[in-house]
Amino acid sequence: MNMQQAIKMTAAETALVDAYTAQIGDLPGDGAVLSLRDTLVHELRTAGLPTRRVESWHYTDLRTLLRAVPAADPSAFADRADAVVPGSSVLAVRSGQADLKSLPKGVTARSYTESLIDGSAVAGLAVLGSDDAIGRINGGLVRGGLEIAIAEGTELEAPLEIQVVQSHGHVHTRFPVSFGAGSKATVIERHLSTNADPSFVSSVSDVTLAEGADVIWIIVQQQGAADTHLGQIRFDLGKDAKLHLFIINAGGKLVRQEIHGRTSGEGADLTLRGINLLGGESHTDVTFTLGHDVPHTTSTEIIRNVVFDRAKGVFQGKILVAKDAQKTDAKMSCNTLLLSDDADFSSKPELEIFADDVQCGHGATVTDIDHTQLFYMLARGIPENKARAMLVNAFVAEIVEELEDDEELVEALEGIISAWLEKHA
Amino acid sequence: MLEIKNLHARIAEDGTEIIRGLNLTVKAGEVAAIMGPNGSGKSTLSYVLSGREDYEVTEGDILYNGESILELDASERAAKGIFLAFQYPVEIPGVATMQFLKVAMNEQRKYRGEDELTTPEFMRLVKEAAGDLKIAPEMLRRPLNVGFSGGEKKRAEILQMALLQPKLCVLDETDSGLDIDALKVVADGVNALRSPDRAVVVITHYQRLLDYIVPDTVHVLYKGQVIKSGDKTLAHELEAKGYADLIEAAA
Repeated sequence: MNMQQAIKMTAAETALVDAYTAQIGDLPGDGAVLSLRDTLVHELRTAGLPTRRVESWHYTDLRTLLRAVPAADPSAFADRADAVVPGSSVLAVRSGQADLKSLPKGVTARSYTESLIDGSAVAGLAVLGSDDAIGRINGGLVRGGLEIAIAEGTELEAPLEIQVVQSHGHVHTRFPVSFGAGSKATVIERHLSTNADPSFVSSVSDVTLAEGADVIWIIVQQQGAADTHLGQIRFDLGKDAKLHLFIINAGGKLVRQEIHGRTSGEGADLTLRGINLLGGESHTDVTFTLGHDVPHTTSTEIIRNVVFDRAKGVFQGKILVAKDAQKTDAKMSCNTLLLSDDADFSSKPELEIFADDVQCGHGATVTDIDHTQLFYMLARGIPENKARAMLVNAFVAEIVEELEDDEELVEALEGIISAWLEKHA
Repeated sequence: MLEIKNLHARIAEDGTEIIRGLNLTVKAGEVAAIMGPNGSGKSTLSYVLSGREDYEVTEGDILYNGESILELDASERAAKGIFLAFQYPVEIPGVATMQFLKVAMNEQRKYRGEDELTTPEFMRLVKEAAGDLKIAPEMLRRPLNVGFSGGEKKRAEILQMALLQPKLCVLDETDSGLDIDALKVVADGVNALRSPDRAVVVITHYQRLLDYIVPDTVHVLYKGQVIKSGDKTLAHELEAKGYADLIEAAA
């Protein structure tokens, strides 16, 4: 009935389609890859960017919020940055180009550009659903990234840092990463901008954990104050696989980080932790869906948000428990510290449970600094600004300290948080 | 050292007057006990002295070493040497006890224009003071007051007092929730700090604590005023007869 009129494209939609048209002869991949890119960009042109009427984008009306998209600049160049954790193996993608240096034993990697050229990337380029705007934009425009495999039984001693760094313009990357059975690794997926010129970044990581793999995956987003960052991580957890996924948003103007995962083997466990440090006029959205698809799998999710100034934040978390996924145990919580009258945070937890023997719960809190705690600190001679900073830090530090097995990692993450707080608090 | 003159104070939020013309003088070297029935304003007095913003002084003055402290915020008062041992020490998850102690000591030193402590100096001071108060090192590794028993919390308060070396110590119902052994440890800690240049104000509902921290003066607080002052025998009298006679006499 609803005959859709051809929509009038916004400036950002036009810029995205133009960016594709301008690069079309130059984007890696032909045949099936090129045909899929055409389809995705055609969908973007006809459906437009998602608005608040699309349920999963209700709190982030991308069509309204994305006012402009900078021009692609193939000559943009950025130096690699120091690793978050000293001694990490850094795999840098600078302005979209993979830079493969010496890899640790048990790790193989190749440029994702090659997978686009030889067509092997095509299956992974499909969107997750009609509302997968990030998958669509990224699939249309992706130029590079890394395909990484961690061999069965490999235990990495130092973290592997995937570093996506740019100065301005467009960067669209993909990271299919597979962890072999029994492997153990820490991966830091780091996104950062080296200057204040606007960047438009999309990045999709596609992570699979085979039986018994034990992985800590940390996304550190440190884009500039004018940047748009559209991130997505997909994961599949096999039997007894353990994923500790930790997301720190500490930058960007318009940020959406999606997390879409499933437990496909019994005994699989997800620990999701998120820290959103929000200030200025930024808008940051973390959207999470998890399918507990088989019996006896567990997950806990804790999101901590610190919101200053006129910043807005969103957390959407949806846990789906399949009909035969008995004995699922899932707990999700979202806690927000609102530090200004103009700050805003929306939290939407959802549970969809089709099994009857499960333990699932969720909770959300929004608070200001606890005045009793503040007075206690003042009464010991700690000046108010310092006491406030310590309390804000304490609010998020609790979940960083869960990574206590790796002191260097904890120290590095605490460093990122306190550096951000020093600038904003 | 402390001179409270015709002090009137109310709850900022709803304007309820709690302290109604209170006068009190405590000299250096003195241990003064403030006693009184529930609701007489004892805890409010401790908060007003330490500068809690939930209370407003509407009249009168508080002089500390001859200077009014009403314009100073809680952290400045603390750095000048006023210490409040809380009736209910506050739990602060995410702040390690050791980190808290170090920041507090160094911020006070900074305020007074003194050099900050080095980590080895700090560790040595904490180790000594903790040993005296029978505080295990494991307790100091936990977040501040989190998961501490009632007795541990009170000992942690006295540890902070010992490390910060205040000049005016205000102990708010320090005996509440303590068994007799814990009470003795806490009282020993307080007595160790008694000195000619330091004053202690002990706020308590019961006489019991005053068997262990023997006061020089005792003041009875009722409806926000000191209605009677005396020496330590006044506390024994109150224990035997209760507050009723005194209140009647004052009415």
